[in-house]
Amino acid sequence: MTAIVDYGVGNLFSLRSSLEALGEHPLVTADPEAIRAADRVILPGVGAFADAAARLRAGGLDGVTREIAQRGTPLMGICLGMQLLFEKSLEYGEHSGLGLLKGTVRPIRGILDDCGADPEGKLKIPQMGWNALRFRQASPLFRYIQEGDYVYFVHSYAATDCDDALAADTEYGTWLTACVQRENVFGCQFHPEKSGTVGLNILKAFCETEKEA
Amino acid sequence: MITKRIIPCLDVRDGRVVKGIHFQGLGDVDSPVRLARMYSESGADELVFYDITASAEGRALFTDILTETARQVFIPLTVGGGINTVADFDRVLKCGADKVSVNSGAIRDPSLVGRAAKKYGDQCVVLSVDVKRVDGVFRVFARGGRENTGMEALEWIRRCVGDGAGEVVVNSIDTDGVKQGFDLEMLEQVCNIVKVPVIASGGAGAIDDFLTLFRRIPGVDAGLAASIFHFGEVRISDLKQEMRRQGIPVRI
Repeated sequence: MTAIVDYGVGNLFSLRSSLEALGEHPLVTADPEAIRAADRVILPGVGAFADAAARLRAGGLDGVTREIAQRGTPLMGICLGMQLLFEKSLEYGEHSGLGLLKGTVRPIRGILDDCGADPEGKLKIPQMGWNALRFRQASPLFRYIQEGDYVYFVHSYAATDCDDALAADTEYGTWLTACVQRENVFGCQFHPEKSGTVGLNILKAFCETEKEA
Repeated sequence: MITKRIIPCLDVRDGRVVKGIHFQGLGDVDSPVRLARMYSESGADELVFYDITASAEGRALFTDILTETARQVFIPLTVGGGINTVADFDRVLKCGADKVSVNSGAIRDPSLVGRAAKKYGDQCVVLSVDVKRVDGVFRVFARGGRENTGMEALEWIRRCVGDGAGEVVVNSIDTDGVKQGFDLEMLEQVCNIVKVPVIASGGAGAIDDFLTLFRRIPGVDAGLAASIFHFGEVRISDLKQEMRRQGIPVRI
């Protein structure tokens, strides 16, 4: 059984529907025991990093998410949920994440400025729309998709300094982190539940991951 | 590289698509759910559902079909029509919409865009604006393009984007229905003043009109159309192949 962590951030309708379309029966829950019992866990999220991190803590769900990840249960963060997997974010200040992956979440504008891309500020922030994946390391998530496939992004921040876990990136002035994986911890910056067949295939691959012995 | 989006728009009344849409080999189809699925399969990057219902019963039917569509179609869905309050945003977002487009509702209550953006995020709020030239000035029209508000369009767009509209659909009344191409002059001016995605609407009659749009106005992110897709004058798969051939970034 796949659990979707419900901590009051964003709309889980599409995510739940997409898993149901794959024949899964996901459990949308805020109950730590149910999350502990799940075969795999999805951490969704939209909105602001600090607010989401605070809600996760307030619900007592940060500890259990870290715990199941450390026990080997497959965990996938989506969009802001992926950003929360990292050590910290520089979105309006500096805020701690779950620290399951090494790296820092930074504003796309700052990333572009640092590498001298887009000096005239022509690229729109957020990156909103369909962009292609470039694979950087093999991942079970890619079992049913191909390099160059398009997925749907909506984000103003991106993970940096996360080479250890970088699985795929996407070109937006520079190369931005699109997909991460380290052992049983997975993340998608884009929305697989809004990325048509490609997105469903990524979710399908995740639903086939098994807990590590 | 981010792709240019192609967006079909479906007008829905009482839970059915207004003019039965003719798909080759299928005859007329008026189920929004089936149409949404077909468009998604044929390569649409996003779908707009426009609710033109007036009655409460019709509105309930609309949210039913929206829910059903969102259960089956996994590309971004934008909903417009009858959005006058933050509660209206809530109603359609709960049914699976990803973005909500406001038009007359924002004109009647200009604080709506800001309040909705604060609650749901800028990326959720789409400003839709009907624009027409009056004595050489772009003016905002309300009530489906029937009423001149007297407001200057570029100023209105700038203000709403400043308040948090994350995307702008520019519908040119002057080119709408004429099928002679998008309103490039108007779109260029809008692109010059905002840094959020701009969606062109009104005037597409053929594949060439989209090619011209994306080549001439690189700031435009998406092209929206209704009848030319519905009546098979332009097939999205053909359009996208042609875009790719011409070097326009496109998802195939």
